[in-house]
Amino acid sequence: MENFINDWGLTVTTFLPMVGVAVMLLIPKAQEELHKKTALATSLLVAVMGILILTQFDFDATGQLQFAVDHIWIDVINSHYAMGLDGMSLPLVLLTMLVVPLCIIYSWNHFPEPQNPKAFLILILVLETGMIGTFMAQDLVLFFVFFEVVLLPMFFMIAVWGGDDRRYASLKFFLYTLFGSALMLVSFLALYFLSGSESFVLSDLIAAVSSNGVSRTAGLWIFAGMFLGFGIKVPMFPFHTWLPDAHTQAPTVGSVILAAVLLKLGTYGFIRIAIPVLPEAAVEWAPWIGLLAVIGIIYGALGCLAQTDMKRLIAFSSVAHMGFVMLGISTLTDFGINAAIMGMVAHGLITGMLFFIAGSVKERYHTLDINRLGGLLIQAPRMGWIFGLCVMASLGLPGLAGFWGEFPAILSAYNPGNGLPVTTFRVFMVISALGTVLAAGYLLWLLQRAAFGTPKDEFAEDPSITDVTKHEWISWAPFLALIVAIGIYPNLIFRVTDGAVDASLDDCLQVNASELTPEQEEALGCASIYNLHEDHEDHEDHEAGE
Amino acid sequence: MMTELFIFAESASQSGLPLGITSGGAWLLRNAWLIPLIPALSFLGILFFGKRMPRKGAELGIAAVGIAFVLAVLTGLAWLDHRDNYHGEETHLAVVTVEHHGEISHDEHHDDSHDEHAASGHSESGHHAAHSSLAVSNTVTWFQTNGVDISVGVLVDGLSVMMLFVVTLVSLLVHIYSTDYVGGDRRYTHYFAFLSLFSASMLTLVISENTLQLLVAWELVGVCSFALIGHWWEEKPNSDAALKAFLTNRVGDMGLLVGVTILFFAVGSVLPDTFGSFSIAATNTVANNGLLSHTALLVAATCLMAAVMSKSGQFFLHTWLPDAMAGPTPVSALIHAATMVVAGVFMIARLYGVFFEGLSIGGSSINLMALVGGITTLVGASLAFVQRDIKKVLAYSTISQLGYMVLALGVGAWTAAVFHLFTHAFFKACLFLGSGSVAHAVHSFDMKSDMGGMRKAMPHTYRTFIIGSIALAGLPPLAGFWSKDEILAGTGGWGLFGGTGGNGSYTLMLVMGMITAALTAAYMTRCVYLTFFGEFRGHGDVHESGPRIVVPLWILAGLAIVAGLFNLPKGFQLVPDSFQERFGHYVEPVAGYFPTISHATPSWSLAIISTLVVIGGASAAWWYYFVKVEAASKASGKSLTELPNGPTTTYPLAKIIHNILDKKYYLDHLYTGIIAGGTKGPLARMAYRFNQQVIDGTVDRVGETAVKSGQFVYDKIDQLVVDGAVNTSGRLSSEAGGELRKIQSGKVQSYAAILFAAATVLAGILIVIV
Amino acid sequence: MYLNQFLLLSAALFAIGVYGVLARRNGVLVLMSIELILNAVNINLVSFAAFRDSISGEVFALFVIAVAAAEVGVGLAMILLLYRNRRNIDLTEIDLMKG
Repeated sequence: MENFINDWGLTVTTFLPMVGVAVMLLIPKAQEELHKKTALATSLLVAVMGILILTQFDFDATGQLQFAVDHIWIDVINSHYAMGLDGMSLPLVLLTMLVVPLCIIYSWNHFPEPQNPKAFLILILVLETGMIGTFMAQDLVLFFVFFEVVLLPMFFMIAVWGGDDRRYASLKFFLYTLFGSALMLVSFLALYFLSGSESFVLSDLIAAVSSNGVSRTAGLWIFAGMFLGFGIKVPMFPFHTWLPDAHTQAPTVGSVILAAVLLKLGTYGFIRIAIPVLPEAAVEWAPWIGLLAVIGIIYGALGCLAQTDMKRLIAFSSVAHMGFVMLGISTLTDFGINAAIMGMVAHGLITGMLFFIAGSVKERYHTLDINRLGGLLIQAPRMGWIFGLCVMASLGLPGLAGFWGEFPAILSAYNPGNGLPVTTFRVFMVISALGTVLAAGYLLWLLQRAAFGTPKDEFAEDPSITDVTKHEWISWAPFLALIVAIGIYPNLIFRVTDGAVDASLDDCLQVNASELTPEQEEALGCASIYNLHEDHEDHEDHEAGE
Repeated sequence: MMTELFIFAESASQSGLPLGITSGGAWLLRNAWLIPLIPALSFLGILFFGKRMPRKGAELGIAAVGIAFVLAVLTGLAWLDHRDNYHGEETHLAVVTVEHHGEISHDEHHDDSHDEHAASGHSESGHHAAHSSLAVSNTVTWFQTNGVDISVGVLVDGLSVMMLFVVTLVSLLVHIYSTDYVGGDRRYTHYFAFLSLFSASMLTLVISENTLQLLVAWELVGVCSFALIGHWWEEKPNSDAALKAFLTNRVGDMGLLVGVTILFFAVGSVLPDTFGSFSIAATNTVANNGLLSHTALLVAATCLMAAVMSKSGQFFLHTWLPDAMAGPTPVSALIHAATMVVAGVFMIARLYGVFFEGLSIGGSSINLMALVGGITTLVGASLAFVQRDIKKVLAYSTISQLGYMVLALGVGAWTAAVFHLFTHAFFKACLFLGSGSVAHAVHSFDMKSDMGGMRKAMPHTYRTFIIGSIALAGLPPLAGFWSKDEILAGTGGWGLFGGTGGNGSYTLMLVMGMITAALTAAYMTRCVYLTFFGEFRGHGDVHESGPRIVVPLWILAGLAIVAGLFNLPKGFQLVPDSFQERFGHYVEPVAGYFPTISHATPSWSLAIISTLVVIGGASAAWWYYFVKVEAASKASGKSLTELPNGPTTTYPLAKIIHNILDKKYYLDHLYTGIIAGGTKGPLARMAYRFNQQVIDGTVDRVGETAVKSGQFVYDKIDQLVVDGAVNTSGRLSSEAGGELRKIQSGKVQSYAAILFAAATVLAGILIVIV
Repeated sequence: MYLNQFLLLSAALFAIGVYGVLARRNGVLVLMSIELILNAVNINLVSFAAFRDSISGEVFALFVIAVAAAEVGVGLAMILLLYRNRRNIDLTEIDLMKG
């Protein structure tokens, strides 16, 4: 079993949903129950695989790639089928595995128009493969493929099951992301050719860049390409405008997956690829990333204050929250990037949950116009309290998950990594702290208008407005439990990420920013990070020889 | 030229800075975390099972807080013993000192500079090598990031023990009081759940070992306050008040976030191999020893002041506190009078090293904190005059008294401030609960229209309210007198008239304090007259509240009488030495984490003068209300609340002042109308319009252009050229098919003919080729 | 004996058979003409076999005879059915497969 997990664990986990898809393709469309069960069983199996992997995961070596597989894939372009899991990807993979089955459970009895559970569930499973694959891929071509696999199902999900304006929104989402991906791919190729790397495998590229080097200008351009590709996905100001439309139009489950996982593909790309590969360019770009992040925080908050549509408001709040994540990343410190990963997980849970609630509200009230809502706490008290809890979590209340993404990010901005302008980042820190005030403002205002007060006349006697249903409980409870658990004991995440972040980023950045001799730089260079294990073994060999 | 001397020391050895804390001590002291844990568990219990309990969860809340109270008392007793009799190991802090030398020196003895500079910094900072009074610290790792252990734990010293006692006691009484006061409320269970959560958070706050934990608890009490202010959220004003409270506090919390961050890195910079530290003891100690730059401390202290201003209702972030009276009265007593609002004061007291150094409290005559406190105390007292709502009078009074405490801390009178916090908790809670008792009877808080003459109907409430008022006004020998007098002495301003000592001569603060004392006496006289004297102006039959309301009132009133005796001034000739300054002795830390402050000498002359001032203020109000208004009432035959032709109608200046006070210095207009409205309205709309028109417009325009060029390509190139070619080929093949179709006649023989013809042709070809 | 003689005979038979297939309108006659063609082939096979000292040609011829018998069986059955349905076995009037 152990060997199986070690060698095949990641591959099986990634492609298991595709097996489910294959099975579902064979089942006639009319057998909806069977489709639902198959899809749920598949996603649960993936989750079980996730748990097995978790039990085998070595938490004392989160900095190393575990369960790694590396086979030649496309020989012509030296691309490998390289997968691996470390402390940075683990939380996000687990988040994906959690979100998908819960989404399937949530949509059990209320598929959005035009129904067709078969197609809908197949799309969700394809999405799952893409998302898990992206977080595990260690080869840039493979990464790119998975990154794009995610795009199509989401496009169809919005375009087919979306709201009134779905065509516009889905196309906008698709084109925006594709535009970014194209630049990203160009960057990957440029990186491969300019660094003279042996393959597209990440560790090879890092080694090649640090030993052969790419020119400063090239590095900046390549980073800029990746920045656009990832930044659009995040989304960073000013590339965020697809997000509110996509979220508003997407079906509930689509919004949840979009918020909980898809947005993280971008930030994950930054910390997994862009920064480790091009640390020097990252240092030069960091202040601009920080600036955009901070603008996003304030701007997203102001955008929220202007909304009258609940879902659109939550979507704008994503811009602000991902701003905190990006601020953490832009500090290029362990502290900041740990905070960023925490922020990603927390945002996934909290905003995902908020979208669930928005979906349920829409289902009951048939509108998300905040001015028409009110008195949710009276008509559906449990849902109202859950909503209150999520709002509190979202505004960064300590004791709930959101705080641990927000506060450490602010904290890290006070003392950014070596080579970054300290004063600038301190200004960012103060502005982002102001963002927490605005966050409280728009979220509580939302809570007040939607949940407090008495129900409006048009809904006061509506019998269809019920409290939380069984399916909703099942799909929400894990979210809520995790929001509270991580909030009380943030080490759940920090323990996993800390080692990985330390290994993959810190050394790399400190070396290149401090004034070391070239020899020292080589000795400590980024390449060593991914080969730590080997180095260690070499060392032991030497000792044995002596 | 600067030389860096690295001093690494084992934390247990005698080198390094003595922190004044120990990891030993009595079991109860080390495990004080149990006290907040119990209400936390009760919160969960009430939340999940409360509705199914016979008393809807109230019994669980009361039991939990009761146990917490007993534990707090036991912890307090353990501390009394620990304070004087514990002689265990003191924890030391290894630090890196950066010393400034005048000359260039190539210092190379990193290793042997060890002992020489071990305790460098200010050697005169006055901690005794092996003294008792070590705070008990017990921590566990909370989480780890960047290799820094962020711990969570308890720091138990006199201050936290005192706070534990106050919080659990008032909370217990408020719980009991609430069973009557909010009995039958539709969210009775939720109410008790949040009371439990609040108690847990507040207790966590007062035993916080580090600033991060403090910050967490700080926000949690804030959210409990939000939930309880908005308890009756069906009415918009209540939820508005809750939102206002939370948002105003958030503004201050911004300062807290920044301040905590600055301190984290500042402390980290002097600790060897450490990124940062949240530890309160370490922060204070390095600040006391002058290891941190004054600028960093000043900025941090200023940021933290913002948090204090919002949480403790200091001018100009105090406006949420009067609105917070929208919550149930017991909540106002617990949260907005006795405990949560003093969190700011507590934080200053906790991080006093930072504030003392950062704001240069010792030896100056004015600083930010003293000024903020002084202004607040005056603003609060003046606004209390024009309120109709009895709770708002008390709310402004609370603001004023909190200002007093901050003022005291600002002038270096630490013990006086903390003592005032202690006494204020009792008499203000007593007053709030008393006002609640009256309101419970008349179903209104409006003194002018619905109260009056209540002393006959509600004798117990009346008596306790009078006791609370006298204590608040500060007449001897009730609690308020002792603490207020200590603060006035602590300003050191009396030095002008014959020497009381202190940390500087804060004459301005002394004057502000005196004026406030007079105003306090006056507005409480007004409040008492309007509520309890004259004729009843409300409706219905009024009678005394039940025992669950009256008993807590009497307990608090009793404490309001005697609490002052815990800290009789040093050198007070009427009592033996062993009764003097007991509170100060047990509460004020004498340790590395506490700055060296000078203590003022109590002065008979000051005490007499301040008492006369209080009597003067009370008399003026008495003359106006009890004599003039009473007479006018008799003359007009109905119960009046103001003179028909009072000063506001006769003197224009008085009218203007009244107007300004009535509008609360126009601060609410500024905040709600201009700042919040501006952000919510124009600014947000502008940002959104920018988003939709500029950014999204650009995107859309790009999209449109793309569509247009696509249309062009489609029409001209695709349709004409490419598609033309395709169509042509299609047409051709179709025509060819039409021709070929004729061959298929369906007749066997024609097929056979073709077959044989083809065979012949093939045979011919074969022959030709071969 | 020359091989040519046999081949010429076979060619003549084949030509007669082809004529019959293409020119006759009666289905039965067409079938019989097909038999002629097949037997022409048989002659070829047997003669080549005899002149080459190999038995495989004869074996092939036996197979062809068997197949021819089956073919005639099927063909006659079809013609019988045609006659039943149409009272006529004129092949020129049967064009069900016209495209």
